[in-house]
Amino acid sequence: MKIRQLSLFLENRPGQLRFPCKVLGDAGIDIVTMSLADTAQFGILRLVVKEWERAKAVLDAAGVVVNVTEVLAVDVPDRPGGLAAVLDAFEQAGVGVEYMYASAARERGLHATLLFRLEDPDRAAKLLEAAGVKLVGPDELFARS
Amino acid sequence: MSSQWNDAPGGFHPASAPDFLPRRELARLQLGRLQSVVERAHARVELFRRRMEERGLSPAGVRSLEDLGRLPFTVKTDLRDTYPFGLFASPMERIVRLHASSGTTGKPIVVAYTEADLRVWTSVMVRTFAACGLHRGDVIQNAYGYGLFTGGLGAHYGAEALGATVIPISGGNTERQLMVLQDFGATAICCTPSYMIHLVERAREAGISFERLKVGVFGAEPWTEEMRRHIEAAAGIRAHDVYGLSEIIGPGVGIECERRDGLHLFEDHFYPEIIDPETGEVLPDGAEGELVLTTLSKEAMPMIRYRTRDITSLIPEPCACGRTLRRIRRIGRRSDDMLIIRGVNVFPSQVEAALLAVEGTLPHYQIVLARVHGLDEMEVQVEVTPEVFSDVIGALEALRRRLEAAIDHVVGIRVKVTLVAPRTLARSEGKAKRVLDRRNV
Repeated sequence: MKIRQLSLFLENRPGQLRFPCKVLGDAGIDIVTMSLADTAQFGILRLVVKEWERAKAVLDAAGVVVNVTEVLAVDVPDRPGGLAAVLDAFEQAGVGVEYMYASAARERGLHATLLFRLEDPDRAAKLLEAAGVKLVGPDELFARS
Repeated sequence: MSSQWNDAPGGFHPASAPDFLPRRELARLQLGRLQSVVERAHARVELFRRRMEERGLSPAGVRSLEDLGRLPFTVKTDLRDTYPFGLFASPMERIVRLHASSGTTGKPIVVAYTEADLRVWTSVMVRTFAACGLHRGDVIQNAYGYGLFTGGLGAHYGAEALGATVIPISGGNTERQLMVLQDFGATAICCTPSYMIHLVERAREAGISFERLKVGVFGAEPWTEEMRRHIEAAAGIRAHDVYGLSEIIGPGVGIECERRDGLHLFEDHFYPEIIDPETGEVLPDGAEGELVLTTLSKEAMPMIRYRTRDITSLIPEPCACGRTLRRIRRIGRRSDDMLIIRGVNVFPSQVEAALLAVEGTLPHYQIVLARVHGLDEMEVQVEVTPEVFSDVIGALEALRRRLEAAIDHVVGIRVKVTLVAPRTLARSEGKAKRVLDRRNV
């Protein structure tokens, strides 16, 4: 059920975001969804792509620092209180959230899809499914994009 | 001349008498002291004795000052290799003070003083202040750091022995420095020249003028004539360059007199040679090379032919001030990669040791030095490697802070670490350029 996510180190200066995007574009790799976290000094670009191995290879070759991390995609009912209910399930299961962001790939009108980086994704996946949280696997997520 | 030797305004302190010894008398004094110190080091310092024996030399072979040129050199790594007390020539019961300064890697170097050594140190600092025109009645704000650094205590005891009033304010805290300068009516200040520029700028912003201040005794880092002109014009003072190094004694090895045309060396205690840093050959007066110093009177830690790595030349002509002590040109560069940042000696190898300790392997890095409002700022840019990269911001920030703490611990000054993307730091011919000095020194 886990989604492979690429994390890229970026310096805070012009052109740093464009460069990896261009590398992926030239390789014909489509970005499914992304998020940018920033501090005063540097940023971390998080990317979900369909061909993560090939994407990592071309980024490595271009000299970009890339890490592969595992995230869980969670469908959250698109109504008031929907997210709070999911987070409540995390809390009950004792699952800590490192960070989260909204996925651009989703089923419009039915669900919001959120990507979560969790402390122990394997354990978290089991606990969350037991708690009735809907996890979305890579194939299903990519089919929506 | 003896009528000038009084500590009233217009005269010299009696301690300054050796500044004016006839050269022949000085040479006789130097030779006698040289023979004693070589004997002492040979008898009590194993490293020195071994090196003498390897060359088939004995103390009895030193019959003239020129014979010094055949003795082995002492280098900074000798102090590291024998850390902490291996070069001491006195038992601890005779040693009354220890100081320390930066080594080339993680450990500092330790220097020691007997009571007699402290008396010598104080006397050369009295002569230092006297050569700057200071005397009883002057109020000296001592903004050198007090502690293991030799600057603070060296200047302190010299100023007291001169009969001046000492304000032992130590380094830092600019607002308090300015308040005390103004309220206590300091007539002289001791600090690094870059800190003085910082004080001058902050004083101007605050609308403070130093009405009573007339003299600055600046050292512990290289500076330029442009900086001197700037300080003298902005603060309305006379700025003197003072030279010294912990390995030899601390501040008080040499000082500019009122002529401010080269630094007189207190040759009766510290014997200078200029050598070719490549071959080690002794060069004649006037030629530029590396300054090598021999302590003629040190008991606790005699230094025979210590290579300072400072590049200068001995000025052959006598000085118009009447002192017979030879002068060296202002020191502008070094023959090794040591950096002097806010008066603190820093080697790139120290930074490497700290980076290695945190990351396990040595990342590409660059030291960037800048001068912001007169103060040196040291930034270390470190390339992020896949091994240490985490996609959690908190973890990267923690790495950055660990690197800062490790460098701070080894080097002794606060630095800013910036994480940069790989391959962004300049590499020329495969060898990285490790230091970018933007201070215009």
